[in-house]
Amino acid sequence: MSDLYTVNKSPFETNSLASCLKFATAGAAILLLEDGVYAALKGTAVEESVKAAMADKKVYALGHDIKARGFDESRVIDGVELVDYAGFVDLAEANDKVQAWL
Amino acid sequence: MSEIKKFMYLNRRAPYGTIYAWESLEVVLIGAAFDQEVSLMFVDDGVYQLTKGQDTAGIEMKNFSATYRTLGDYGVRHMYVDKASLEARGLTQDDLVQVAWEDWETEEEVENIVEVVEADKGAELLSESDVVFSF
Repeated sequence: MSDLYTVNKSPFETNSLASCLKFATAGAAILLLEDGVYAALKGTAVEESVKAAMADKKVYALGHDIKARGFDESRVIDGVELVDYAGFVDLAEANDKVQAWL
Repeated sequence: MSEIKKFMYLNRRAPYGTIYAWESLEVVLIGAAFDQEVSLMFVDDGVYQLTKGQDTAGIEMKNFSATYRTLGDYGVRHMYVDKASLEARGLTQDDLVQVAWEDWETEEEVENIVEVVEADKGAELLSESDVVFSF
């Protein structure tokens, strides 16, 4: 039994991601979308916190949002899985509930 | 217009997630008609506005990133990017678009007006601006 958390804000502009990671339970799925996808990129000031979360949680990012912002898969942290909109639906279906960190 | 003023557009938001970046660009293009000395500064998530290779087909939004490359033709003379903001995001100048500028009268050309600057330079630029528009 696990939840899907979504984060759609840049980790540099709000603490939505930080709070999500703080409260997310082990086994949770975290989906980064819209400006939230900046957290999925390598070399940023929040890279370590994302990697730490991946020890017991699965992190996903919407590929379309990453591409829109000028980045490709090679810039994404290893282990973060890119999904499309259908993948988003699959995640919502596979988890008990969806909680948005706005 | 009696006196030329220094206009600075300060951009601190990422593109697409909110409307700020697009609105700023609109105002810059409108303001181009007024023959002022126009500079843009990109700080915090604003640096993301200038990333190369943006492709918005998948999110079905208008891709306005190509417009930045034309700003030199709209009288924008300088585009400054905060170095620390780039570094915190794992970016370098290589990740950013290039914007050329040319003075049609003197034929003076600048290959790229996008310039990465330190915070003290940014402070100086804001301080010496007559008007700062925040987005």
